[in-house]
Amino acid sequence: MSNPVSDEITRSTAAELAERIHRREVSAVEVTQAHLDRIAGVDPEINAFLHVDGTGALAAAEAVDAALASGEAPASPLAGVPLALKDILTTKGVPTTCGSRMLEGWLPPYDATVTRRLREAGVVVLGKTNMDEFAMGSSTENSAYGVTRNPWDRDRIPGGSGGGSSASLAAFEAPLAIGTDTGGSIRQPGAVTGTVGVKPTYGGVSRYGLVAFSSSLDQAGPCARTVLDAALLHEVIGGHDPLDSTSIDAPVPPVVAAARQGASGDLTGVRVGVVTQFAGEGYQPGVLRSFDAAVQLLAELGAEIVEVSCPHFDYAMGAYYLIAPSECSSNLARFDAMRYGLRVGDDGARLSAEEVMSLTREAGFGPEVKRRIMIGTHALSSGYYDAYYGQAQKVRTLIARDFAAAYEKVDVLVSPTTPTTAFRIGERVDDPLAMYLADLCTIPANLAGNAAMSVPSGLSDEDGLPVGLQVMAPAQADDRMYRVSAAFEVARDAAQGGPLIHRVPDLAVTA
Amino acid sequence: MSALVDLMDYDDVLATYDPVLGLEVHVELSTNTKMFCGCPTDFGGEPNTQVCPTCLGLPGALPVVNGKAVESAIRIGLALNCQIAEWCRFARKNYFYPDQPKNFQTSQYDEPIAFDGYLDVVLEDGETFRVDIERAHMEEDTGKSLHVGGATGRIHGAAHSLLDYNRAGVPLIEIVTKPIVGAGERAPEVARAYVSALRDLLRALDVSDVRMDQGSLRCDANVSLMPKGGDTFGTRTETKNVNSLRSVERAVRFEMSRQGAVLSGGGSIVQETRHFDESSGSTSAGRRKETSEDYRYFPEPDLVPVAPSREWVEELRGTLPELPWERRRRIQQEWDLSDAEMRDLLNAGAVDLIAATVEAGASSAEARSWWVSYLLQQANLRGEELAALPITPVQVARVIELVTTGTLTNKLARQAVDGVLAGEGEPDEVVAARGLKVVSDESALRTAVEAALAANPDVAEKIRGGKVQAAGAIVGAVMKATKGQADAKRVRELVIEAVSA
Amino acid sequence: MPAISRDEVAHLARLARLAVTEEELDTFASQLGVILESVAKVGEVAAGDIPPTSHAVPLTNVFRADEVRPGLTQREALAAAPAVEENRFRVPRILGEEQ
Ligand SMILES: [Zn+2]
Repeated sequence: MSNPVSDEITRSTAAELAERIHRREVSAVEVTQAHLDRIAGVDPEINAFLHVDGTGALAAAEAVDAALASGEAPASPLAGVPLALKDILTTKGVPTTCGSRMLEGWLPPYDATVTRRLREAGVVVLGKTNMDEFAMGSSTENSAYGVTRNPWDRDRIPGGSGGGSSASLAAFEAPLAIGTDTGGSIRQPGAVTGTVGVKPTYGGVSRYGLVAFSSSLDQAGPCARTVLDAALLHEVIGGHDPLDSTSIDAPVPPVVAAARQGASGDLTGVRVGVVTQFAGEGYQPGVLRSFDAAVQLLAELGAEIVEVSCPHFDYAMGAYYLIAPSECSSNLARFDAMRYGLRVGDDGARLSAEEVMSLTREAGFGPEVKRRIMIGTHALSSGYYDAYYGQAQKVRTLIARDFAAAYEKVDVLVSPTTPTTAFRIGERVDDPLAMYLADLCTIPANLAGNAAMSVPSGLSDEDGLPVGLQVMAPAQADDRMYRVSAAFEVARDAAQGGPLIHRVPDLAVTA
Repeated sequence: MSALVDLMDYDDVLATYDPVLGLEVHVELSTNTKMFCGCPTDFGGEPNTQVCPTCLGLPGALPVVNGKAVESAIRIGLALNCQIAEWCRFARKNYFYPDQPKNFQTSQYDEPIAFDGYLDVVLEDGETFRVDIERAHMEEDTGKSLHVGGATGRIHGAAHSLLDYNRAGVPLIEIVTKPIVGAGERAPEVARAYVSALRDLLRALDVSDVRMDQGSLRCDANVSLMPKGGDTFGTRTETKNVNSLRSVERAVRFEMSRQGAVLSGGGSIVQETRHFDESSGSTSAGRRKETSEDYRYFPEPDLVPVAPSREWVEELRGTLPELPWERRRRIQQEWDLSDAEMRDLLNAGAVDLIAATVEAGASSAEARSWWVSYLLQQANLRGEELAALPITPVQVARVIELVTTGTLTNKLARQAVDGVLAGEGEPDEVVAARGLKVVSDESALRTAVEAALAANPDVAEKIRGGKVQAAGAIVGAVMKATKGQADAKRVRELVIEAVSA
Repeated sequence: MPAISRDEVAHLARLARLAVTEEELDTFASQLGVILESVAKVGEVAAGDIPPTSHAVPLTNVFRADEVRPGLTQREALAAAPAVEENRFRVPRILGEEQ
């Protein structure tokens, strides 16, 4: 029972919806309701949402409509536009589980800064999206609440950890979403769902209220179906936050202007570096072919293409799987059954607090979280610290230096976002290392704290699944990658006969 | 329990061993807000009313450093003659414990903000002992647990515990000494004097309430013994819960005797945490840990490094008040005291009282005389410290003023002081209520003199005849008539005047 | 070298407060061994005098003014507690000593 009016709404971009809402051609409530209907229709199949807050969303939409009706200017360029929020950002009074049993039923008493900025901007939060437990994973298979399915092929993973956010975009359940990216959790799901995913410069978006996985790597960012939409959302959530000590006290780079400039389709004078390390063994041929075609398009847009070697990127994976688990072993220590969340084994007398902690953590965490906690505990323990954590931090320095050297020669770097297209559900669950390979290309930018994004480059010729082009830029130069991505997006659509996202198979809508 | 512990005679311990001390003092800063969040630090609030997502360790919450706490840490470091780090980081100390909301303590590890200093400590005999400071670093306090259902209210045997996180995140400075060697028999005294000197210093800096009874200054005492003349430290124990100056001294002394007995008996000391029991004056072993602690320290990724500029450090150095030892030196000079006199004042705990009395307008000589003679006697009679006497320096200064202006004689002044000590109010109120005023009304005095002369005509005659010393009898009679409240010297003048008129 | 024994896994689980099952000990021992072997590659980089990077942003001295900010009410603070008594978080008996 697909409804042409609401289909037309849900297939619009955020920029288009905002414009129509602000011109009062359509109300925020209608737009919100269309998306809630779509979620009700397709999400039983996709499982992108862990919690849908219909009441809250409609109330927020009504407030936007009321403000516009009284003649007020829109609170932001995205006022009235719906959004799907990754379930790792706290929402006051609305469940926040991080995809874990540990936090089942937890109602945070406070909003994350990102949540607060969205609300203040009049963005309508539809609900909370599925994810790998505590953002650890590349497939959402580590969610305690079931896997999210890829709208392009429901037997395949939507990427992770933010698979719910990206799948909600590809399933037209929301025009905008928020993800968080520690090693690729925004970009890799973006790549495998044919959507745009941006990891801003570390410190560019506040981490206050983002439930920490690896504090020195975590970064929240925008997810959307177009580069411009991502840029609009970036400017709403970005900027200095005194509640986050690692937040950069500088204006948000002019990403919207850059996206608009890029859309003109001219990249003359822009130097694009192709990282030679990201090719070869482990890369799916169709992914590499799509990447090569993308580089060719960039050259046709006037960009100067340069090959760049970043030798220490080969060690990025090792450094990441020491640093992230180390920080996670400490960050997740607070889930101990004392103050909030799950408590298992409290019989009122016999079992001690220590035993209840251990039983609860055993019951509340899934296997991947436990693995990483133990790896991290090991890497930080005396006798191993220097060889593991200490050495990983030095490698981190070397990777940052590789980037710095590269950015002396080029303005942006490009690579495939992921070595392969979406793999099948269940294919890698028993092989942690194979799973980790999904983040091979995305990890270096996290280690260096630089900006990086994934923009769809096309479909892989061997399986017809989306491929992502990763565009990376120096810290605080996020605008550069938006310009390049926006230019590429226009050229791609021209070359491929329309927006890639329109080629997502129709989903059966259950009434 | 303590009866079961073998103790070695203290002198025997010293004949065989040299004690080595290490003192770790935790100071709660008196900032308005906690170390990493904006919650108030007030003591004694309703449970869990001074908390926020950050200090409750809620998922997603982040810390932000209290700049005032860093400032206090630097000032403490400077006052302790420390180097101030040009660049240092916070670190996470990971351990699970229910009073620790995040199950890690945000602290500093190998990069303390202040290091390599010293504190000169004056002992009772006036000798100075230098205690070297290893480091002073910033960290956060834990919540408080209440153990329910146990026989003693202590942790052992409790059925469950109740947690209040109001204290969680209150800024702490931990000050750690280098090993204190060479104190010998005076080790317990040095320990006490060190904590006392540190307390005075922190009070002068106005960075903490330094209330040992409320836990805003807490001392852990590490004690070990090494064979006399040796240079390899023995295994140490760490005694916690030492909540008064006297306890510091007793705990160190007890541990020396206990360890001496163990070692002399061929045993070995177990590295462990011990608890000091105020009532018995003994220490007892805590629960053994199954595994050795591995705190897995690593740099706190949620906080950026602290890099105090040299300009800032010098600016803070400029804000240091006169430090206790500088003040003592100045006071000794200003009051013109010998070393021995100064030491007596210090030992009597009179310096601050005298200084405050001088501050209130008295001369230093008068103030000193009052505090170390009459008031010290009264304190000794009551078995109290001088500072505990229920009379303030301002009140003492007022009494001195009344004497200087001739309102009171010294004898009357002592009665006025007695009245204040008895709780009869301010000196002026006591003087009024007890009718202590010197009779300075000249006409009343003249009448009394006339009356006395009339009553003793023979004496009057003698005086007229030149026997001036006979006036004493008339003065005596007048003093008696005025109940001693007249100025005898003036009476004498009036008598001579009356006779020669 | 990175192979990790069952006992070491048990020790890590104890440190991390995870009451793992006997079966998990076996699985984790083999998985952690493989992962550690893979990440040990970082040791191949000659990084002797390279300074470690602990933070991705070159910031220092981020301080907050010493001003009280509204926090949570007692009710909000205790709302998610598994057990409450006398307005405090009620927890099972604590065995270890305070640190
Ligand atoms: Zn707080």
